[in-house]
Amino acid sequence: MNESFLESARPGGAGRAQKETLAQLNGVSSDAKEPGVTRRSLGEPTEGLSGKGHLNEVEPLLSLRGIDKSFGPVQALAGVDLDIPLGQVTALVGDNGAGKSVLVKTISGIWEPDDGQIFWEGRPVHIRNPKEAAEMGITTVYQDLALCDNLDIVQNMFLGREPTRYRLLDETAMELAAKRTLAELSVVTVRSIRQAVASLSGGQRQAVAVGKAVMWNSKLVIFDEPTAALAVSSAAMVLELIRQLASRGLAVIVISHVLNEIFSVADRIAVLHLGHIAAVGPISEFDPQKVATLMATGTSSWSSHESDSPSDPREL
Amino acid sequence: MSGSSRTPGEFTREEVTSTTDRSAGSAPNTRASEVALAEGSELMVNSLGEYVQAWVKRIRNGDSGVLPVLGGLIAIVIIFQVQNSLFLSAGNLVNLLVQGAVFVLLGMAEVFVLLLGEIDLSVGYVAGVGAAITAILASPFGGSWPWWIAIAAGLASTVFIGTLQGVLITRLHLPSFVVTLAGLLGWEGVMLFLIDHASPSSGGLISISNNIIYDLVNGNLNQVAGWVVMVLVVALFAVSIVLRDHHRRSNGLAAPPPSLTAMKIAVAIAAGVALLLVCDANRGVSIPLRGVPWVVLIVLGFLGMWSFLLGRTRFGRYIYAIGGNAEAARRAGINLSRIRTTAFALAGLTAGIAGIIYESRLGSISDNIDGGTLVLYAVAAAVIGGTSLFGGRGKMIHAVLGGIVIAAIYNGLGLLGVSASTEYIVTALVLLAAVTVDSMTRRGRATTSAR
Ligand SMILES: Nc1ncnc2c1ncn2[C@@H]1O[C@H](COP(=O)(O)OP(=O)(O)OP(=O)(O)O)[C@@H](O)[C@H]1O
Ligand SMILES: [Mg+2]
Repeated sequence: MNESFLESARPGGAGRAQKETLAQLNGVSSDAKEPGVTRRSLGEPTEGLSGKGHLNEVEPLLSLRGIDKSFGPVQALAGVDLDIPLGQVTALVGDNGAGKSVLVKTISGIWEPDDGQIFWEGRPVHIRNPKEAAEMGITTVYQDLALCDNLDIVQNMFLGREPTRYRLLDETAMELAAKRTLAELSVVTVRSIRQAVASLSGGQRQAVAVGKAVMWNSKLVIFDEPTAALAVSSAAMVLELIRQLASRGLAVIVISHVLNEIFSVADRIAVLHLGHIAAVGPISEFDPQKVATLMATGTSSWSSHESDSPSDPREL
Repeated sequence: MSGSSRTPGEFTREEVTSTTDRSAGSAPNTRASEVALAEGSELMVNSLGEYVQAWVKRIRNGDSGVLPVLGGLIAIVIIFQVQNSLFLSAGNLVNLLVQGAVFVLLGMAEVFVLLLGEIDLSVGYVAGVGAAITAILASPFGGSWPWWIAIAAGLASTVFIGTLQGVLITRLHLPSFVVTLAGLLGWEGVMLFLIDHASPSSGGLISISNNIIYDLVNGNLNQVAGWVVMVLVVALFAVSIVLRDHHRRSNGLAAPPPSLTAMKIAVAIAAGVALLLVCDANRGVSIPLRGVPWVVLIVLGFLGMWSFLLGRTRFGRYIYAIGGNAEAARRAGINLSRIRTTAFALAGLTAGIAGIIYESRLGSISDNIDGGTLVLYAVAAAVIGGTSLFGGRGKMIHAVLGGIVIAAIYNGLGLLGVSASTEYIVTALVLLAAVTVDSMTRRGRATTSAR
């Protein structure tokens, strides 16, 4: 039961790593000192993914072409073209209301785009709901965190992906894995991981949401303002974690308003202005001043540098 | 887990633990926790003192659980016992349990949907429809079907009704309040139709002609069987919590201290023995009458089954998740409509059982059963017991405790010979008190999380 569930949750997921997670969950009683889900996922590079890390030569994991999304009269996304490569951190920046969260939710299956195409590993896909996104290997830390206040930390971290034994919830496996993940993150200390999320501080809640996202062996991890509520040291920890995910070969999208953070963590940057991509390219082609101008006006004096625009999907 | 990965907060907690232990002077625990500290292993032993502290803290934070209803129940019992010493007699206590069974079962039906943040106003007449179908099929003019076919058909109909309402609510996005309000009217009509057409000459009353259905409430387990069942149930409970604690400890997780576990088991034994002693006292008027009524066993069985479903399965977890934050549940990939519809179906099933118990107690089903009042009592039972009207918080045991409170008020005021008007007013006040506790709890939590 356990196996079939986890397998079905991520048929497209990284096979080897997935098996190890399973072994981890099944073998809880055997050896408590075995490295945890996160240790493995953060520490050891997964073969097959990490080898392709050379900038710009990789086929993008995810390509968006002409994505439109409107809410009544509000056009939140207007013809968004964007490539998300493996092994790199892509920063998504833009003013408040630029459409960053809407874009992230579209990728995560919360909303289907009104128009446009999504390519996943070169194949056109429809991400109809969050479950399909999860099955493809997309995990998201939402800006509003999406936690259930009445559930405890462990229950929240495993929500929707609970391991079972004999069709019953395997609380021990969940608690052990959650404990390991949070300990490795060591972002914030909590008194007990069995306390309700309602009783946590804003930063603690954010740490739980981040921990929830990195526990799974995803291919694409999206962070929508993951450091907004965190103290400086905790924020640094999360940025470090984001780098680790990318160096492991995963694709990462980060949204942040703090340009210093962006320039310390990102390989690529995409600037969103009023629902369309104003500029996109390697971080080396940008500086904070230029990004700020792009965010505010949608254009910059160096517009000739916007050459790294996404390739035509037919070339894929 | 190695000491290095332990968070500072947990260190503090262990230190607190060992100090409490020493001051409390409970020798075995002190030694055990010192060993745990020396090995630098994960927080394995938590003293009774620490558990009590954590508990007090939870209550202060507004998570009072069943405390208010237990306090209220004790107060009610004392008041009635002072007024009339018959209240705590064995015969009256058994009577109280039997009276409470319908409220308890309907309350359990309501818990399923209240946890989702929804409400089901139809359970009273859904129970009526199930009861009518069962009674008709078991009666001579309905074909004198065997008891289990009659009951299965009755319950199938209530599951169908629950599913239908659930589908309307989830697929058409209609508010559950309105759909089940329509149910409150519509199913009364269906019930009247069934009763009047099955037996037009009976004057709207179908008596229960099947002995087994009649005995669900009016029959008793013989004394030996009662004790055997009690011992089995308590043993099962004890073994399961001891095994669970052991499993947690052997994986390096915090588990309740053995003294607490022993206390829980002792309470379970005491409750079991008390129940058996009360039920085994002769409560007959002319002929001796002893034993645990079947209905008590049925209610306990559903309490166990539904609590297990809510607490130990994915389905149960998702009900709480949807009640807590439906959007978060959706983003976690949970199929909201399926879980919601199933919860309404289970509410229908549980209501059907309540209906069958109701007709078994009365020995008949009539066309003037008041499903409107019953549903109000059902919601009251769940809320008085501690289930939140706002979704996400509550347990099956709450319906049991709340149902017993309502039955105690009903029964006690009956003993005092007061009028129905007083009974309604008192129940209303208790309900208001319970909702006040609920909303204060919520406010307590809101301030906690805002801090
Ligand atoms: N559910 C919704 N219904 C209607 N309009 C919406 C909805 N979600 C977003 N919008 C609109 O879409 C636009 C983009 O919103 P979005 O949340 O993506 O902004 P953002 O770039 O994430 O901003 P911020 O930096 O403040 O998080 C806004 O104009 C917003 O009002
Ligand atoms: Mg946003």
